[in-house]
Amino acid sequence: MMQLIWNGIIVGSFYALVALGYSMVYGIIKLLNFAHGDIYMLGAFVGFFTLSSFGISNETSIPLLLVVLLLSMVTTGLIGVGIERIAYRPLRRSPRLAVLITAIGVSFTLEYGVRQIFGPNPEAFPIRLESSGFEVAGVRVTASQLVLVIIAAALMLVLAHIVERTRQGRAMRAIALDPQGAQLMGVNVDRVISTVFFIGSALAGAAGVMAGAYYGSIDFLMGFIIGLKAFTAAVIGGIGNLYGAMLGGLLLGLLESFGAAWFGGEWRDVFSFAFLILFLTFKPTGLLGARVVERM
Amino acid sequence: MTTLEVADVEVYYGRVHALRKLSFTVGEGEIVCLLGNNGAGKSTTMNLLSGLVRPKSGRVTWDGMDLATAKPWDIVASGLIHVPEGRRIFSTMTVHENLLLGGYTVRDRRAVDERIERVYELMPRLAERRRQQGGTLSGGEQQMVAIGRAIVGGPKLLLLDEPSMGLAPLVVKQVMEIVAAINAQGTTVLLVEQNARAALKIAHRAYVVETGSTTLSGPAAELARDARVVEAYLGS
Ligand SMILES: Nc1ncnc2c1ncn2[C@@H]1O[C@H](COP(=O)(O)OP(=O)(O)OP(=O)(O)O)[C@@H](O)[C@H]1O
Ligand SMILES: [Mg+2]
Repeated sequence: MMQLIWNGIIVGSFYALVALGYSMVYGIIKLLNFAHGDIYMLGAFVGFFTLSSFGISNETSIPLLLVVLLLSMVTTGLIGVGIERIAYRPLRRSPRLAVLITAIGVSFTLEYGVRQIFGPNPEAFPIRLESSGFEVAGVRVTASQLVLVIIAAALMLVLAHIVERTRQGRAMRAIALDPQGAQLMGVNVDRVISTVFFIGSALAGAAGVMAGAYYGSIDFLMGFIIGLKAFTAAVIGGIGNLYGAMLGGLLLGLLESFGAAWFGGEWRDVFSFAFLILFLTFKPTGLLGARVVERM
Repeated sequence: MTTLEVADVEVYYGRVHALRKLSFTVGEGEIVCLLGNNGAGKSTTMNLLSGLVRPKSGRVTWDGMDLATAKPWDIVASGLIHVPEGRRIFSTMTVHENLLLGGYTVRDRRAVDERIERVYELMPRLAERRRQQGGTLSGGEQQMVAIGRAIVGGPKLLLLDEPSMGLAPLVVKQVMEIVAAINAQGTTVLLVEQNARAALKIAHRAYVVETGSTTLSGPAAELARDARVVEAYLGS
């Protein structure tokens, strides 16, 4: 039971990290960025590429994991900024459907680009989590699992601080509410949107590296399902809402962990997407969405 | 001395011809008022000045800056600040956060804090409501936030688009007094109003805008007596 919760929290924190970028991008430019899951995949592959270039494999060093994590975050962050610049910005004034289709195109480009370079078969991630650990309240916890969860939590705290307390964060929220109004405050909307793409993509890249280490293997389609899961998490929490994305990610991780234990692993995805449909039907604003009073 | 000059400007929205050879000037330290009916092109003119709408032809210069091509954020940073029609308060952000956003382009944090304090002195109602969400304020209070936000940006030229819209007469009077006070401290003001009576009281000069062109102009006191203005905009 406690073990299921712990596993749910670990997987849930990956979902939350990816869902945050999904939700932030939706919040600021109202785009469902279907390519976001593929940034997570890129994060894993950047880590894989860097480590294998140095001939590293089967490593369990936590400091090394942190270095690779940071490197992947910066790389995927920049890739995210580039994608927005090249693919989405020229369509800022186009119909939503055009941008949505572009996002799907970007997704395929990233997936099959990586397939061209690294091939279609799964690769073993060069860093593993060591399996020795300790028991707390009947739960097997390894040091590196703990590190993963702490990093994820720290990243989310930093993000919450940026969005809630800093000048850039205020600008992000202002654009989400009224882009033209934000422009009248002197906000350089293009630059703030770039920042959002950087942060969101860096978080997804971080999750990709963590997932590589956690699951042990990566492949070019690994971003597809997690993209859908992150979308589900964002919807459960209330899309556009940061805390909603965090909560939604954790809840989804827990749901899957229990669902898989009770009904069998093959039911995991059915479980998540059934929840997506339930929420979209009965509470499309999610758990934390639209709870704000607004006077028209 | 002329600080803002608009000359022969043409603006189109697709096939809609919104401004036709529009020309007017605003001098340093003045309050200039634009009067006109719905759809005359007043808000379009304001958006033109703040860089949200671009002219097809004509000249728009302010303080040596070409507003026809300048980026909206550079325009704000240079001290031309636009309080848009309908206030556009960031509804889920607090009054204080709204004011902080007004100082977004101001690098000096101390100056921002000082100006926010000044706004709270000028409009004590906002000080009481500093932690309240902007969207829950009354219309008059929202207008004060919108003007306060502009003050925090340190305006040299303040554009106000229908600040009295939807406000009770007493509140309109308060808002006009605040505008006059801001002007007295050295800020040039361009004011768009449907409430011609209130606007002409504080304005130095005024222009009448009809279907995208200025048709009449002169000192506010003279226009207030002009038969055509009285009939069209002041009622009987
Ligand atoms: N975004 C737009 N797209 C198309 N037409 C527009 C747009 N904005 C304004 N117009 C048109 O341009 C003309 C001028 O509009 P504008 O908003 O400048 O008028 P206004 O003088 O501010 O009117 P009001 O007093 O009602 O605010 C109108 O005919 C309007 O329909
Ligand atoms: Mg208007």
